This record gives sequence, structure tokens and C-alpha cells, in this order.
Amino acid sequence: MQSSPNSSPQKLIIRTIAAWLVALILFFPLLFLAFTAFKTEGQAIAVPSLWVFTPTLENFVEVQERSNYMHFAWNSIVTSVVSTILGLLIAAPAAYSMAFSPTKRTKDILMWMLSTKMMPAVGALVPIYVMAQWAHLLDTKFILIIVFTMSNLPIMVWMLYTHFKDIPHEILEASRMDGATLWDEFRHVLLPLGMGGLASTGLLCLVLAWNEAFWALNLGSANAGTLATLVASYSSPEGLFWAKLSAASLMAIAPIIVFGWFSQKQLVQGMTFGAVK
Amino acid sequence: MKFNRLTTAMLGGLLLSATVTTHAATELVVATVNNGHMIEMQKLGKHFEEANPDIKLKWVTLEEGVLRQRVTTDVATKGGQFDVMTIGMYETPIWGKKGWIKELKFDDSYKIDDLLPAIRDGLSADGKLYAAPFYGESSMLMYRSDLVKEAGMEMPSNPTWDHVAEVAAKIHNPEKGIYGICLRGKPGWGDNMAFLTTLANTYGGQWFNMEWKPQLESQPWKDAITFYVDLLTKYGPPGSASNSFNEILALFNEGKCGMWVDATIAASFISDPKQSKVADKVAFAQAPTKVTPKGANWLWAWALAIPESSTKAAEAQKFIQWATSTDYINLVGKEEGWGSVPTGTRQSTYDNADFKAAAKFADAELAAIKSANPNDSTLEKSPYTGVQFATIPEFQAIGVNVGQQMSSALAGKESVEEALKTGQEAAEREMRKAGYYK
Repeated sequence: MQSSPNSSPQKLIIRTIAAWLVALILFFPLLFLAFTAFKTEGQAIAVPSLWVFTPTLENFVEVQERSNYMHFAWNSIVTSVVSTILGLLIAAPAAYSMAFSPTKRTKDILMWMLSTKMMPAVGALVPIYVMAQWAHLLDTKFILIIVFTMSNLPIMVWMLYTHFKDIPHEILEASRMDGATLWDEFRHVLLPLGMGGLASTGLLCLVLAWNEAFWALNLGSANAGTLATLVASYSSPEGLFWAKLSAASLMAIAPIIVFGWFSQKQLVQGMTFGAVK
Repeated sequence: MKFNRLTTAMLGGLLLSATVTTHAATELVVATVNNGHMIEMQKLGKHFEEANPDIKLKWVTLEEGVLRQRVTTDVATKGGQFDVMTIGMYETPIWGKKGWIKELKFDDSYKIDDLLPAIRDGLSADGKLYAAPFYGESSMLMYRSDLVKEAGMEMPSNPTWDHVAEVAAKIHNPEKGIYGICLRGKPGWGDNMAFLTTLANTYGGQWFNMEWKPQLESQPWKDAITFYVDLLTKYGPPGSASNSFNEILALFNEGKCGMWVDATIAASFISDPKQSKVADKVAFAQAPTKVTPKGANWLWAWALAIPESSTKAAEAQKFIQWATSTDYINLVGKEEGWGSVPTGTRQSTYDNADFKAAAKFADAELAAIKSANPNDSTLEKSPYTGVQFATIPEFQAIGVNVGQQMSSALAGKESVEEALKTGQEAAEREMRKAGYYK
């Protein structure tokens, strides 16, 4: 039997090398960050960069001493988890309705929702800031949750809509024939079938909310600052700061990386669901 | 998905903590930038809290650009998020005049006359002090005495730009990784334009004439920028157009810069053996001059102010009095060493023998600060105050725009004339829009 051109050993080797190369390029900034976090400030600015050095934990100690890491981490957990749950609660029924009872305008509505993501966030800063101030919500986790939810909602609706569209109508119709109520249909048919989509949407939005920096910096300060604001506070206009900034960044992304590591199967499965028919 | 009691309780807890916020009655929120002196203040804040158990300090450390944006939004909308804010010499008089920040009145124990006059003037408007200086700085020339000596040259304490260019040519040795001179090139009103404004000043230039017309296409500006581009192209490090304070600090500490004209605060970094490879080889002189010494070195201070919207003004004032007092400077000297004290604010610091012994740059720094005069920084009479900026709200936008043009000229993307012409047009547009003239 003759092997197809696509599976020839040479092509496989080239593809593997190319894949590793791309992966390394993508991973390099993170690797550089991790290395810098364990250097002294002097080593961090050395030209050319040092790859062999005696690692130090002094930057982590200083970040821990100067900043209340747990306070920022807790704010990140609360705002990202609650905004994701809230988003799913709103997005799931919306996507259900648009996927299974589409109207003439469904596509337009979806496009309009997506278009809200096309405007740079700073364009909405002043009105949102003034509204938050008027409602006495500045520097509260509550306002961050609302804003994170709103900014992730279009992506959530789109993702869930795509997942729900792949569920055959007939299954839902059959359940209705069997006397299922709307809630029964949602709870016992749609949820189990759409769990992959819900999980991947939730995970993606959790990561997006965790990494959100613009609104966290502008609406939160002493009480509601998230880990993104902790990282930003280590940038300095006058003085060396790269090693400490890297340590703070590593501490900020560590929880979400661990979380992503454990849930990567779910995440990849969900995101590629429906991609290949 | 099964929601058991534990999950429900956890979610409930998250929601509750998301919505419930408690506020201590005398909690002072202090917004600062991340630099050595400010971090020191954060560490020593416990001494203030011990002396004032009814006041608790809460710190918000922000990157300089973000801090500017946050505090500007906060004071303009009367947001009341901060009780004490760190602001610069540019904002203080503008905000003071607008009534956005409170006037500061200290008792005799504060020794207000000990504040350096130039710094005090720069933080006042109509004779009223609106922000108390936490640390101040000017600009000066920092150079490698070993390289200058090897080249058979000398550096006077008040050099001219022509002499500096001559020295740069002699010590420039890119094969050995040594560049004659490093100067700011990164665009920004506080980056390249801070330096370039002082250069234009000493060449006899000014930002605006008495009719508020921008003067970027005047001969002094053309000469100054041509000299700057030429000097850095010949004797500067590659990629100067993206270098600002930190980038050059890294280069200098690595021994790659022969000379550097920048903020006096750099002196403490480059003479610190823990971070600089050339700590024992650095020397200091005043900022170079050309046609006039007026405005050749800048003047800046980070200062503490109370926004009008703060409801804890009395406590905030108490804190500011503590953080900018001689007692605080003595406390830093005792706890962290005299090389770490915030400088550039009080005459008594420079009279202190311990400080003078620890900081070999002290005399040059004091001379630089004392010689800067924000009210008379240009050869021709100008309608604005400020040395490396003009204290008008429009300056920020103009400075950013012109800074981009200058950086572009340095990178060789356009000629000096084109860059100045584009900058002039942008400045004219901004000033006309603001109603300075028709």
C-alpha cells in the first residue's frame, strides 16, 4: 500500500518541527518572564540576557512584603467567578432562544452584539465611570462584576449559540412531545447536551475576566483592585523594576495557569466542538 | 450539573463579598507612583499609624501614566476615591487655580521656609501652596570620569553643549560597546520633550511667544533639534528613538554610556554599586548650556495634595505634614540610610553632614535645583511658567504630539524641518481650538 503524500515521514517531521517552533515562539515571552522573576534587578537588565544565573527569590519576598497578594487574588477570584456565572445565566437563555426559535432579525442581533466589542473600551470609560460614581459603586467588586459580565456577554452568547445550533432540533421536539416543560427541556435535554459548550464558554470568560486590566485599573483602586492592578503597580517611570514586575506577573498568572492546565481538555474540546463536521 | 449545598453556600459567599464593602471611618486612601522614595514612604507609614492610631493608611500604587489619568478623572468628576494624591509640578498650579485641590496650611513646626524656593514656587498658584513636595529633582550631566580622563579631556562644572559634543566624539567607541552620549528619544511630554524643552530653552527658544503663538519653527528650535539629532546619530546608542529614563539607566549601569543628561534622581542609582557596574567612576556637572543658561535644566517635584472631594481633609493634611517633614527625612536616614532619603525638597537635607557624606551628588543636585526658575526659563519673555513644560492644560496634548515628531526625526523617518513644521501645525491647531487666539 502506498502512503499518501500527507503522511510521508519527511512531511510529518517538518510539520512536527514547525509545530514545536510555533509553540516555542508563543511560549517564549512566558519563559522569559519566568526567568526574569528569579533574577536580581541588575541581572534582569543585562545585555545580552543572562540564561545561566543563580536564581533568587528576593523579588517574590519583596512583592509579598509590599503588597497584600491575597487581597488582590481574592478580588480576582470573586470578580472573575461571579461575572462568569452571571454571564452564563444571561447568555444561555439568550443563545437558546436564538438557536431554537430564530427570527428574521436573529443574525442582525448577533452581529450587533458582536459589534459592541469592536469599540475600544476607552470609548466607554467616561460614561461608565460617571455612572459608577453616581451610583457610589467606584472601587467596589460589584461594578467590576457588572462590567466584566457585560464585556464578555457578546462572546458568551456567540459561543453558546454556535454550540446550541449543533444540537438537533428533533431531540428538543421529542421531549416536548413527551410533555416536557420549557424548564424540563432546558434542564434535562439541553444542559446535558450542551455541557461541553457551557464549560468551554465559562472557562474562556473566566480567563478573560481574570486577565482584564483596563476596567480593573480604572474602576478599582484600594478595595477592589484585582491581580492585574497589582502587576501594573510594579511598573516604574524612574528606577529598575523588571525583576519585581516579572515576579508580580508570575504570581498573578500562576493560579489561572494551574486552573487552565487542569481544564485544558475541556477547554480544547469545547472550543473545537463543531469545528470539524 | 448538580448544585449541592456546599456549592450554593460558596456562590452565596462570593456574591455577598462582592457586594458588601466596609469602610473604616478614618481610612486614608493614598495614591502614589511606584518609585523608590514612594515605596519607602509606604514601608514607613506604620510609624505614622502608630503615632495616629485613629488613622489607617490604604495605598494605591499606580504606574505614572495610569496615576495621572486616574487622579485627573477623579478630581475632574469629584469622584472622591483618593484622600491624598501624588501629583507633579505640572498639574499642581493648574488644579489649584481650578479649585480641584485644597490649599495646604501648615503650622510652624512644619518649617515651611526650609522648602527650596524654586520647588515651593512651582507647587503654588497665586501665592498659595497646593501640594507639599515629597521629592524634587532637576536635570544634570552625569558622566564617566574615567573615560573623559582617558580621552585627555576635562569636564567643567558648567559645561557647554559644544564641549559636550567634543567629549562625546572623543569617548565614543562602539566597538567596545561605549557610546559617547545617551539622551532621551522616546516620545512623550514627560519623556523626550522634557529634555528637548531644556535644550531648546538654552538655545534661546520658547514654546509660546507673548501672544501664545507656538514657536517651534523658530531658529533656536531648529538649531537645537538639528544638534540633538546629529549628536545622537553620531555618538548615541542604536535605537535612541525608543530610549527614555529607564532604558538609559540600564545602559549607563552596564557601562555603555559615556555621558547622560537626565533627572538628578538618576545620580543615586548610577552611584549605587548594587545596581551599577560603574558606580565608582561616575561624576556630575550642571546641565550643559548654549546661548543662555536660562531653562537649561528642568525642575520637577512629586508632591502630595488633597483633592477637594476628600471628606477627610484634616487627617489627610496631618499625613502630608508628616510625610514631607524634616522628621520624616531624618526617619528615613535613620532607618534606611542617608543615601536613601528623598532629596530636592528642603535646604536642611543638604546642610546635613550625614547626607553629604552619603551622597556625592548632593552639591551638584542642589545647585541644579536652585538654578532652575519656572518663572523665568526662556531667553525671550514667555507668557507661561514651567521650565520643561508650560503650565497650561493644553500642553500635555501638544507635548505628546510634538514628542512623536521629534522621535520620528531622530529615527530618520522625516527631516528636522518637517518634524518641526508638523509639530507647529498641531500646536497651532490646539491653541486655536482652546481660544488663545483666532
